[in-house]
Formats: sequence, C-alpha cells, structure tokens
Amino acid sequence: MFSPADIVTIPFGDWVNEFVRGFLVPNFRGFFQTIEVPVEFVMEWLNSFFNWVPMVVFTLVMALIAWRTAGKANAIFAIIALAFVDMIQLWGDTMTTLAMVLTAVVFCAIVGVPVGILAAGSDRFLKVIRPILDIMQTIPSFVYLVPIVMLFGVGSVPGVIATIIFALPPIIRLTNLGIRQVPEDLVEAAESFGSTRWQKLIDVQLPLAMRTIMAGLNQTLMLALSMSVIAALIGAGGLGLVVNTGLGRLDVGRATAGGVGIVIIAIILDRITQGLAERKQVHTTSLWQTLRGFFQSSSSSAKEKQLAEKAG
Amino acid sequence: MAEKLSVRNVYKIFGGDVDTALSQLENGETKETIFAETGMTVGVQDANFTVNEGEIFVIMGLSGSGKSTLVRMLNGLIEPSSGEILIDGDDVAKADTNKLRKIRRSKLAMVFQHFALFPHKTVADNVAYGLKVKGVGRSERRERALKALGQVGLRPHADTYTSELSGGMQQRVGLARGLATESDILLMDEPFSALDPLIRRDMQGELLELQRSLQKTIIFITHDLDEALILGDRIAIMKDGRIVQTGTARQIVDEPADDYVAAFTQDIDRARVLTAETAAVEPEALRYGEATVGEALRRMEELDRNALFVTDNGKPVGVVAYRDLVADGHDREAKLADERMCTDFPTVPHGTSLRDLYGFASSGLPIGIVSDEGKLDRVVEARALFGQLATSPEEEQAAAERSGHDPAQGQAATA
Repeated sequence: MFSPADIVTIPFGDWVNEFVRGFLVPNFRGFFQTIEVPVEFVMEWLNSFFNWVPMVVFTLVMALIAWRTAGKANAIFAIIALAFVDMIQLWGDTMTTLAMVLTAVVFCAIVGVPVGILAAGSDRFLKVIRPILDIMQTIPSFVYLVPIVMLFGVGSVPGVIATIIFALPPIIRLTNLGIRQVPEDLVEAAESFGSTRWQKLIDVQLPLAMRTIMAGLNQTLMLALSMSVIAALIGAGGLGLVVNTGLGRLDVGRATAGGVGIVIIAIILDRITQGLAERKQVHTTSLWQTLRGFFQSSSSSAKEKQLAEKAG
Repeated sequence: MAEKLSVRNVYKIFGGDVDTALSQLENGETKETIFAETGMTVGVQDANFTVNEGEIFVIMGLSGSGKSTLVRMLNGLIEPSSGEILIDGDDVAKADTNKLRKIRRSKLAMVFQHFALFPHKTVADNVAYGLKVKGVGRSERRERALKALGQVGLRPHADTYTSELSGGMQQRVGLARGLATESDILLMDEPFSALDPLIRRDMQGELLELQRSLQKTIIFITHDLDEALILGDRIAIMKDGRIVQTGTARQIVDEPADDYVAAFTQDIDRARVLTAETAAVEPEALRYGEATVGEALRRMEELDRNALFVTDNGKPVGVVAYRDLVADGHDREAKLADERMCTDFPTVPHGTSLRDLYGFASSGLPIGIVSDEGKLDRVVEARALFGQLATSPEEEQAAAERSGHDPAQGQAATA
C-alpha cells in the first residue's frame, strides 16, 4: 500500500532536538534561569515556613480557615485528615508538596489573571492564546519534562515550573470568561460616568468576575496537585517523590500512603477555595475583606449567604 | 432658554463599510435595501434636534427605532458614523478618549433601563460611583451620596445592598447616582420601563417633582407615548432610525406629522395632553359691587351660560348661578353681594390638563383659569369640558362637514 512516507520522510524529532539543543539552550539558558530565581525564592520560603510551623498550630489554622470558608464539617475533616497524615509519618513531605503547589498557584495567578484580563479585552489576543492554551492542556506533560530539564536542570524548582505550565490554562480561561460575563449595562454604567479603563477594571469588572476567577484558581490548584507525582520525576521532593519511590520499589503501601496524602491536601484545599468562590458571589470585594470575613461572627456569614441566595 | 445640547445630521451605521452605506442613504435608499444588499444596519439616520437648558426632552419610539443608539451617542458610548453632537459647544462625536472622559465626568450622567447598579457595592457606594471616578474624597463622596439619596427618599437605605431593594427603589438609586455628580445633563434610557405600572406612575410624578427644583436638562427615552406626553416639554418621535416629528405634547397629538404618529396618538388619553385652555372661553365676568342681579341674569341668557364669575379688580371673588338667582326671587335691582354668590368656586393655574378638571366639573360651576397673579383669565364651562374630551380632531371635522355647524356647537350637542 502506498504511503507518503515512501517518498518523503521528515526528521521531525531531529528538528526539535536541533531547535532545543542548538538554539534554545545555548541562547536562552540565562533567561530561563533568571525566571527560576523568583520561583525558587517563593518556594524555599514557603517550604521552610510550612516545615517550621508546628503541626498542631498548622492544623488548627487550616481548620479555622476551613470552618470560616467551608463550614464546620470541613473543619473537622481537616483536623482528622491532617492528624492522619502526621500519624503515617508523611508530615514533612506533605508540607513540601503544599509549598510547591502553592508556589505554582501563586505564579499561575500572577501570570494568568493579567493574561486573562488582556484576553477579555481583545478578541484578537484571545484568538492567539486560545490554541496555545489548548496545547498546554492536551500535550502530555512528559513531553516538556525533557526540555525543562535541559533549560532549568533538575530539582524542585524545575518541578514547580513544569507544574506552572500544566496548571496555568484554567485561570487564564476563567479570568477571561469571568470578565466577559460581567453584564454589559454595568460596564456601560461605569463608562458613562467617565471611568478610565483601570477604574472600570478594578472597581467593577474584577469584583464581579471574582467568583469565576476563584473557580479558575480552584481548578489550577487541583491541576497543580495532580502534577506533583510527575514533577517528582525530575527531582521535585514531597509526596510525589514518596509515590515514585514506592512505585520503583514495588512498595504498594508506601505509594498508596503518598497518594492518600495528596488526596487529603486536595480535598481540604478544594473545599476552602470553593467556599471562597461562593462567598465572592455577592459583595466581598477584596482579599482583605475575605480574610477579615474569617474572623467575623458566624451569624453575619449566615446573613451573607442569605443575601447571596437572594441575589442568585 | 439657552441651547444645551444640539444634534446635527447624526448617522450611525453598524457594519464594516460605513461610507458606502452613507452614500447609499444619500441616494435615497431605505434601511431595508441597504441591509439586504450590504448586511449593514442603519441605526440612526439624519438625527437633528436641540435640547434647551432645563427642559425634559423625550425621545419616543418602538424597539428597533434607534432611540437607545441615539442616546448612547450623546455620551459617546456609541461613536456616531457622522454628524455633530454639541454639548455646550463641545463636539462629543469628535472628542478623543480623554476629552470624552472629561465631558462624561462633568456634564453627563446616565440612568439605565435595568438599573445597572453594582451588586457588590452598597447603595451609598453605588450612588457615589460617579464621584469616586472623579476622584472626590471619601467623606465628601459619602456626604454628597447621602444628599442625593435624600432627594429620592432612600437615605435610610444607604448602607444596604441593592439586591435587597425592590425594582422601584433600585431605580431610585439609579436616579440618585445620576444626580449625585451634579452634572447638567441627565440621560435616561427607558428608566421606568422595567417597573410595574403603578410604580412607574409614581416615579414619573417624582421625576417631575424633582425637576421642578433641580431644573436639569433631561433627555428621556421611552417606548411609551403616555409617558412621553406626561414628562416631555418637547417630544421627538423616532421610526426606523429617523426622527419623524419633534414638538410639544399638544403638537404631537393635535398635529401629527404623518400617519405613523397619528396611529400612535389615536389611542392616547386626550384629557391628559390637552390643557384647560383648549376648552376655555372668555370669562365675561361681572364686576363685584357694580353689577346687579338683573344684569347678571340678562348676561347669562345672552351668553347661554348657567353661571358667571364675579371679579373684583380682575380677581375672582365668587360665582353666581342662574338657578340660584331666579329661585330666590331677588330684587332685580340689588347689587351682587356675598350672600348671593357661591364663594367656594374652582380655579386652576394655566397649563392644567383637562383630566385634572374632571373633579371640579361635577359641581356644575365654571372653572376659572387664573394667572400667577391670581387674575381670572379664562373660564372653562363644565359642559364644554366633556365636549372637548368626546371628540378627536378628525371627528370634529367630519361632524362639522356633515352638519354645516361649527365644531363647538357639535360638541355642545354631544355633551
């Protein structure tokens, strides 16, 4: 049977090798290693902070946040689950994973929210980035592990960078969506009073899009967690490493323990961020108000919920 | 009155090739053929009008007539395809972003059909939005927002969220937001259309009440002719992106420019549009302290009236009724004195609508129209009042042609 390969074969793999090894690595290694610096800084800081905080204090703080955002049941779950993690002797690894994941999420937000805002403001820009986002979400993450190792080396920081690439699309997409969903007449109202673009963005569009953006942040967080095992392949530590070594030694128990740790962190963070997203529905406008909301009496949060229902 | 806003030859074409569509319009092609041939939509064509300071100018039209597009061009939310929009001499159509922003901040405020209140802000913060944008300090902002809320009667609700308010209250917040910036011009885009009929009526009344003290220049969009007639000092009627007639309520109802306007005005409540003057006649008043009973009776017989006003120095002091004078069997030479007059007589100021005279007419006494100084200018006979309401201009004409009588007599007969 005839096939095009009989006539022409394309050395696609060689081309890519050529591009990465011959062009990207020699010319841009310095640039990429500069990118590493802030990521490394944040991650190291978070990692040492989480490992410094006593387990009991950390658990109580998490429980308090979970209580304020997601209710009593979730707070109790957080206490039991974190105690369990400690008892299976994975506390340190869990804190390292948490530091990596949060670092990735912080940088995803720093990059993703502005890109999403730009995409919401320009159809042309959206057209350009949409296929890129599609590729980022569909390409198997193993494919870009190799170039990342070439450009960034091995270790936790390259692991975090791989995680950022993997987890970035949802926050961009949902920031774009959230801002585009702000009712047209509210935007018109802001403009009709002579708002600048910045005033319109800060005072009207972002607060009203906040709920959708928080949903994007939640998805980004979940993706980042699911990446932690893959990131361990290029030398990142934490629970991913536990799972990987368990696999390598065919130690089912250890691999499962690492997996359970990841699931527990995922559930707690998911409930908290979802709770935050729901609170964003009506009036809380800033991170400060949200934080302050943690410490308000529960009756006022119940009232807010009522209002939220009314508005919905 | 000074000219505040002036719209000259304004066109808006939605679609790519504006110039082609404009030249097609110049060649007299219609909106429909242009859409069929090029796919471009003509939003507004050749709009021309001026709005004077302190007047309520109503733009009335059905959906798709281009009225919302037109009002959005006034504050630059939509950029006109061609033409001039002058506000105090500044051309909004040609203003760059900075200038446009400056004009919006200082001269224009807008009220929206679906309120467009910010759900994440309190009522006071919503009202203060225009001030915040302008960079007014927090405490002054609050103070001015509360003042504006006071004007619409919502001051106690300043610190609630808008979702807790009813539709009517929400639109009051929208209105207060427009008032708070103290800009001269208020653009109102169907502000009452989303409200229940009863609340709509209240809001119309309140707007007129406010306008009496504020004297803003208001451009009011509506699809409801009744609303247009109640509120508008002048009214522009739009159809298919074109202004087909501009005039006072009276002109729109009595002299419709074409069949379209006539069809509109056919069903409206004439009593609300027509003023007392349309049914009024000369007072033929008797002088207090001079006229005698006999003279009064004779005048009434001559004029075919049941009652006449008695005036002192031009001011009405009473009404004498034929049946009272006859029944009492008074001395015909006696002067008209207080005990022979009904001193509880109805008077109204100029410009009162016929509708507001109904209540007085039931007494059977004539209704006096008095000037600002209290002098009796004109009189409306009760029976003429009902006659005026019963006929439309076409019927009047037809009746006159049929009978050869003049319209006034025709009316009297129907009454």
